[in-house]
Amino acid sequence: MLKLTIDHQTIEVAEGTTILQAARKIGGSVVPPAMCWYSKLEGSGGKCRTCLVKVSEGSAKDPRPLPKLVASCRTPVIDGMVVQNKTSPEVLEARKAIVEFLLINHPLDCPVCDQAGECDLQDLSYDNGKVSCRYQESRREFDVIDIGNLIKLHMNRCILCYRCVYVADQISGKRIHGILYRGDVSEISTYIKNSIDHNFSGNVIDVCPVGALTDKTFRFKNRVWFLKPMTAHRDCPTCSGKVIAWMRGSEIYRITGRKDEFGEVEEFICNECRFEKKNINDWIVEGPTTLKRHSVISQNHYKEIKTPSVINPLEEKMETQTNDE
Amino acid sequence: MGRKILLENSDIPNIKSFDVFRAHGGYVSVEKALKTMAPDEIIEEVKKSGLRGRGGAAFPTGLKWTFLDRKSNKPRYLVCNGDESEPGTFKDRYLMEKLPHLLIEGMICSSFALGVNTAYIYIRGEFKYLLGILNQAINEAYKNGFLGKNILGTNFSLDMYVHPGAGAYICGEETALLESLEGKRGNPRIKPPFPAVVGLYDCPTVVNNVETLANVGYIVNFGGDAYASIGLGKSTGTKLISACGKINNPGVYEIELGMSVEDFIYKEEFCGGIKDNLELKAVVPGGSSVPIVPKKIILFTASGEKRLMTYESLAEGGFESGTMLGSGGFIVYDQNACIVRNTWNFSRFYHHESCGQCSPCREGTGWMEKILWRIEHGFGNMKDIDLLVSIADKIEGNTICPLGDAAAWPVASAIRHFREDFIFHVQYPEIIKNIKHGALYKYENQD
Ligand SMILES: Cc1cc2nc3c(=O)[nH]c(=O)nc-3n(C[C@H](O)[C@H](O)[C@H](O)COP(=O)(O)O)c2cc1C
Ligand code: SF4
Ligand code: SF4
Ligand code: FES
Repeated sequence: MLKLTIDHQTIEVAEGTTILQAARKIGGSVVPPAMCWYSKLEGSGGKCRTCLVKVSEGSAKDPRPLPKLVASCRTPVIDGMVVQNKTSPEVLEARKAIVEFLLINHPLDCPVCDQAGECDLQDLSYDNGKVSCRYQESRREFDVIDIGNLIKLHMNRCILCYRCVYVADQISGKRIHGILYRGDVSEISTYIKNSIDHNFSGNVIDVCPVGALTDKTFRFKNRVWFLKPMTAHRDCPTCSGKVIAWMRGSEIYRITGRKDEFGEVEEFICNECRFEKKNINDWIVEGPTTLKRHSVISQNHYKEIKTPSVINPLEEKMETQTNDE
Repeated sequence: MGRKILLENSDIPNIKSFDVFRAHGGYVSVEKALKTMAPDEIIEEVKKSGLRGRGGAAFPTGLKWTFLDRKSNKPRYLVCNGDESEPGTFKDRYLMEKLPHLLIEGMICSSFALGVNTAYIYIRGEFKYLLGILNQAINEAYKNGFLGKNILGTNFSLDMYVHPGAGAYICGEETALLESLEGKRGNPRIKPPFPAVVGLYDCPTVVNNVETLANVGYIVNFGGDAYASIGLGKSTGTKLISACGKINNPGVYEIELGMSVEDFIYKEEFCGGIKDNLELKAVVPGGSSVPIVPKKIILFTASGEKRLMTYESLAEGGFESGTMLGSGGFIVYDQNACIVRNTWNFSRFYHHESCGQCSPCREGTGWMEKILWRIEHGFGNMKDIDLLVSIADKIEGNTICPLGDAAAWPVASAIRHFREDFIFHVQYPEIIKNIKHGALYKYENQD
C-alpha cells in the first residue's frame, strides 16, 4: 500500500492508483474537479487541466516538490507523496485560469441550453472561476449538426474533453466518431458524416460535461430543474435497464443513466431504454432519487452566493471608463 | 577553435552517394562498432562524449540511452526525429540533403548500441524532396551490406525506413511523432510513461534528433574523450546553427561550441555582420520558441562578460537576462524590425500548430494571437499588454507538452525586453495603420 497525503488528509491506496482516484476515496473538498477524465473510459484524462494539483513532496524517498503542477487524473501516487489541492494558492490560481480558458470560446448560451442546471462547466466556473471576463475577441463558431437522428451536436459548446470519442471507440465498437482538424478549430465529427447508429451511442450524451451533445427526443421539452428524477428499471435484453426517469406528473420527459457523486454514469444504458421508452408503463418506478452531486438541480447550492446577489456585468465597465477619463 | 565534425566533407562533389562517402572514410565507425565493440561500450563512449540532444531540449544523449527498458522482451526501436518545423531552424534538412549517409551511419551504430533491429527516420511532410534522397541512400546501404540481415557478417540485423509526416509542427514532439508514425492523429501523449519504456507500438523506444545521431559515428571512431575535448565545459562538440534574418551571410554553420556570440554575428566567415551596416536590435538564438533578447543581452551577460555560444552561457541569467541555445535557429533583427509584428507572427504560428488537446494551449494561443493582431494593426489598448503577459503566464507550465511553453515564451520575452515597442503601437495607432505591410488586407480577407 502507498501512503498519500492530500490537503492534510492521509490515505493508503493500492499501487497504480492516481492522485484523483485517491482523493475521491477521501471525498469532500480534497477532490479536484475533473472535466475530461472518466473512470470508465480507458485513456481519458490529462486534457482539460482542471484537475491540476501541486505535489509539494514527491515521495518518501525523494521529498523534493515537483517543478510543475500535475494532472491528478493521470499521475500515479508514489509512496509518501504530499499533494495540495484547495490548500495551494498556486493551484487555485491555475484553476481559475483554466476556467477562463474554457469559457473564452464558450457561447455562454445557458438560457437556451438543455444542459443548463446539470452542466459541469457551470458548476466548475461557479466554484472556481471569476466574475468578470477579460476576453473581447471574436468567438469561434460552428453550425449545429445532427449526429444521427437522435443526437444533436452544438460544437460551439464543446470543451474538447474527448470523452465522447472514447465512448464511440470503446463502448460502441466502431470508430466512426472522432476529432477533425487541430487547435481551437478542431471539431467533433462522425467521420464523413456517418451517423452513429450503434445501440449504445446515446451514452455520449451522458458523458458530455457540457451541452454540446444533447438528446433530440428531449431538446427544449423542459428545463431539468422542473423535472423530478426517479430511479426506475425495466427488464431490458440489451443493458442493465437501470436508469433515471425524469418526470413531471406521470409523464416521462427523458431517460438517462444513473450518475454517481462525481457525475459519472454508473452503468451505460442502451438506446432503446434511452430514446424509445418514454411511457410510464415501460418502467418500474422505484421512487424519487436525490442527486448525489451538487448542481443547480440538487438545490441550495447556488443559494450560497452572498454578495453581490445580482451580478451586474456593466459594473466593471463603468468603473474602468471613469478610471480612463 | 573551429573544428568540424559533421560538415567537414559536405563540399565534396557527390558526397551524397555511397561510393564517394565511403571513399572519404564513411561507414568506418560501423565496422569498428560491430566488429570490435560491445553495445555497452558504445553507450559508455557516448556518455563520456557529453553529447546533448540537438533537438532543442539538450538532454544528455548517453543518459537517455540508459533509460531504455532492456528487461521487457519486447522489440526496441530507434526513431530519428527529422520533423524540423520550428521557425528559424533549418539545419537537419541541410544535413539530410547533403550527407544522408552520415545520418544512416550514426543510426546503425546507435541501433547496435541500443539493441534495436528496426529504425525509422520521420521527416516532416514538407520535406518531400528528401524522401528520394534518403531512400536512395538507404537502398545503397542495403546493397553494400550495411543494412539488412547479418550486417558485415555479424549477427546484427537492422532495417531502416523513412516516413514522412503530413505537415504538422506538433509531430516534432516525440510522443506526437510516435502517434503519427503509428498512423494515428498526432496528439502528444501524456507522460509518464516515457518513450524509453512505452514508445512506438508500446515498445521501448529512443527518439533522437537528426544532428544528435549524425554525431555518433565520430564518437565511435575517435572515442568520447576526443569528442568532449571539442567545445567548452558541458557544451561539448560542435553545433549546427542555421542563421537567418538581417545578416550578410545567412546559412547553416557548424561551430565549435564556446565561440562568442559577437564573433558569430560579426565575423566574415559566419554571419558577416548586419545587412546594410544597420544596428543590431534583437536576436532569437535557438528557434522561435526561445526568448527574444536585445543586443546588450545577446552580446553580454548580466555580469558584463561576453556571451558565448554554449548552452550554459546563453541561458545565464534565466529568463530575466538570458535565453536558450535551443535547436540553433539563429534569427537576427536589425534596428528597423518591428518586434510587435514579429511576436504576432510567431504567435500566429503556435496558434495554427497547437494540437488542441489541452485547454490552456488550445484557447490561450488563439487569444494571444488575436490580441497581438489588434496591437500590431493599431487597435490595441494599454491593458492588452499586461493581459498578454498574464495569458502567457497562465499557459506556461500548465500544458501536456512543451508547445504551450514555446508559445508563451516569445510573447513574454518580447514584452519583457521591448515593452516600448508595444506601447508605441498603442499610443500611435494612426502611424501604425499607415505603415503598409500589405498583410492587414490579406489577413482580413482570409476568414
Ligand atoms: C512542439 C515541439 C516540437 C518539436 N520539434 C522537434 C523537431 O522538429 N525536431 C527534433 O529533433 N525535436 C523536436 N522536438 C523535441 C523532441 O520532443 C525531442 O525532445 C527530441 O527529438 C529528442 O531528441 P534529442 O534528445 O536528440 O534532442 C520538439 C518538441 C516539441 C515540444
Ligand atoms: S462533445 Fe461533449 S463529450 Fe464530446 S468532446 Fe465535446 S465536450 Fe467532450
Ligand atoms: S500544449 Fe498544445 S500542442 Fe501540446 S498537447 Fe497541449 S494543446 Fe497539444
Ligand atoms: S480531469 Fe485531469 S486533465 Fe481533465
